[in-house]
Amino acid sequence: MDPITVFKGKSVSIPIANIDTDQITPARYLKGTEKKLGSVFFRDWRFNADGSPKPEFPLNRPGAQGVSILVAGDNYGCGSSREHAPWAMHDFGIRAVISTSIADIHTNNCLKNGIIPIVVDAATHPEALAAGEQNLEFEVDLPNRTLTLPSGRKVTFPIDAFAQRCLVQGLDELGYLRSHAKAVEAYESARPGR
Amino acid sequence: MPKTLFEKIWEDHVVLTEPDCPSVLYIDLHLIHEVTSPQAFAGLRNRGLKVRRPERTVATVDHIVPTHDPKIGILDPQARNLIAELTRGCAENGITFHGIGSPNQGIVHVIGPELGLTQPGMTIVCGDSHTSTHGAFGALAFGIGTSEVEMVLATQTLLQRKAKSMEVKVDGTLRKGVAAKDVILALIAKIGTGGGTGHAIEYRGAAIRALSMEERMTICNMSIEAGARAGMVAPDDATFQYLAGRPFAPKSFESFRKYSTDDGAAFDKGVSIDADALEPYITYGTNPGAGMPVTGIIPADTPRKMLDYMGLEAGKPLLGRPIDVVFIGSCTNSRISDLRAAASVLKGRKVKTPRVLVVPGSHAIKKQAESEGLHTIFREAGFDWREPGCSMCLAMNGDELKPGQTCVSTSNRNFEGRQGPGGRTLLASPYTAAASALEGAVADPRRYL
Ligand code: SF4
Repeated sequence: MDPITVFKGKSVSIPIANIDTDQITPARYLKGTEKKLGSVFFRDWRFNADGSPKPEFPLNRPGAQGVSILVAGDNYGCGSSREHAPWAMHDFGIRAVISTSIADIHTNNCLKNGIIPIVVDAATHPEALAAGEQNLEFEVDLPNRTLTLPSGRKVTFPIDAFAQRCLVQGLDELGYLRSHAKAVEAYESARPGR
Repeated sequence: MPKTLFEKIWEDHVVLTEPDCPSVLYIDLHLIHEVTSPQAFAGLRNRGLKVRRPERTVATVDHIVPTHDPKIGILDPQARNLIAELTRGCAENGITFHGIGSPNQGIVHVIGPELGLTQPGMTIVCGDSHTSTHGAFGALAFGIGTSEVEMVLATQTLLQRKAKSMEVKVDGTLRKGVAAKDVILALIAKIGTGGGTGHAIEYRGAAIRALSMEERMTICNMSIEAGARAGMVAPDDATFQYLAGRPFAPKSFESFRKYSTDDGAAFDKGVSIDADALEPYITYGTNPGAGMPVTGIIPADTPRKMLDYMGLEAGKPLLGRPIDVVFIGSCTNSRISDLRAAASVLKGRKVKTPRVLVVPGSHAIKKQAESEGLHTIFREAGFDWREPGCSMCLAMNGDELKPGQTCVSTSNRNFEGRQGPGGRTLLASPYTAAASALEGAVADPRRYL
């Protein structure tokens, strides 16, 4: 994967709590084997059954063209483990998601697909949501773990140090695991039955 | 130092931990299905890799399989393609595949335990969030994404940081008509859908000990709905009795007795539930935390968006609300005891709900139910008796709600559109689902028991 360091992006807010991965990518779009799922990102919130866009949905507003930072309500990405959710996000153009909490499996899946999960505290969240309402620009500095809000305020965010290193250096987790093949063999031979 | 069950299994499986890195965790059992594995096999092919320990991976099809008469076959070309991709991945790598037509086929979280593959002390993963189900046997079992499926296929290991631990203590005795499903719905209503985030839950207490293995699976299954990484119950005689004689189960269970939390071991957090005070539960909203006793009133602080989607009003009861569909099935409640529970309510009665279906979790369950005559009870009551699979739990196979329809469902997720675009889901136990089927409206099962 290409290394990710510092980037700026236009934002959008979906100020709803507990957004689940069934909304991000509805199950009926999991039947393909392609990762190009941007067109079904939030399919049923973005479009009517006949495919016409719902004008009031944040992603359909005129200012939301080309957004790459999603600001969401609490507990984003709960539910199913489907990696189709970050595939859809990434293909749509999302590179970071900001919330007060992001579900565990979804966090893992985002990190493996070049999307930075950014957890902010309850004091910062309203400012981020308000900025996203206006599609303002944020800056993400991954090496320094900082998010710069459109107001210029900087906050640091937690991220797994290993995942951070992989993203910044463009390293591959599977490559890391494979480099420990000898240790795994030793583990197996020390335990009969494994 | 005294240790929790979770810590014991964790430590037993850490291959190594480098400074500042997650641990390399050994995976004993990897279950795969048709929706989240084709891209993982494609990834292996791109890298020129093979599955490292094919005998530790077991495959089945469940999400996309039709539940109609098998003679009709699979009509959806995309479904056929997904199954073909899985079949190919398994064949190329020598993985056992319980495909359509196999007597062992069924929902992945139903067949693992049924075949005795799921055992105490194991690490078990699957590209499916309800892998937590297997924790009922005292295993550390959790869902992973497709990139991680690829990693396990290639290395039999995963990169993981140790979760925190959470104790859920359920003491007392469940009253008649109150099921394991009601315990877990009550817990999620109490702690919320993010209440377990970052934690592995261990369910403890007298009420948990009194549960059958199938009931424990129902509870562990929905741990993910509380945001937990895993849910588990320490093994005991009930566990060993369940496993005894199953095809892949060991002959002796003594070595499993060590998998329990030591006296005095500390959990990072805890919550308790009084089983005596529990009533049958039902959800009214669009996440599994929006639940209440079936006799309750929809809370005043329910978000507007949720009420609008569900077509409900705050301050009103759900009891008596007309419904269109009842679905009995899914990896939460499609086991033989669930079917027996529903049948005990339905026996000799007729449903008033327009569409009612029961989808057994596996072929083995279907066969067992038929040998007990349960299918006749269901059919005489007016139910459609289907072939096994995930079916209307996630509506990928054509079994789905129409927009605006309300369904009482024994599955685990009531998200918007989960059972079909525009469909409205009320989650409940098999008792409550069966009683509601009879009345054509949300019903309290206790009057039928
Ligand atoms: S029954 Fe439902 S929740 Fe369980 S594995 Fe199938 S789709 Fe997932």
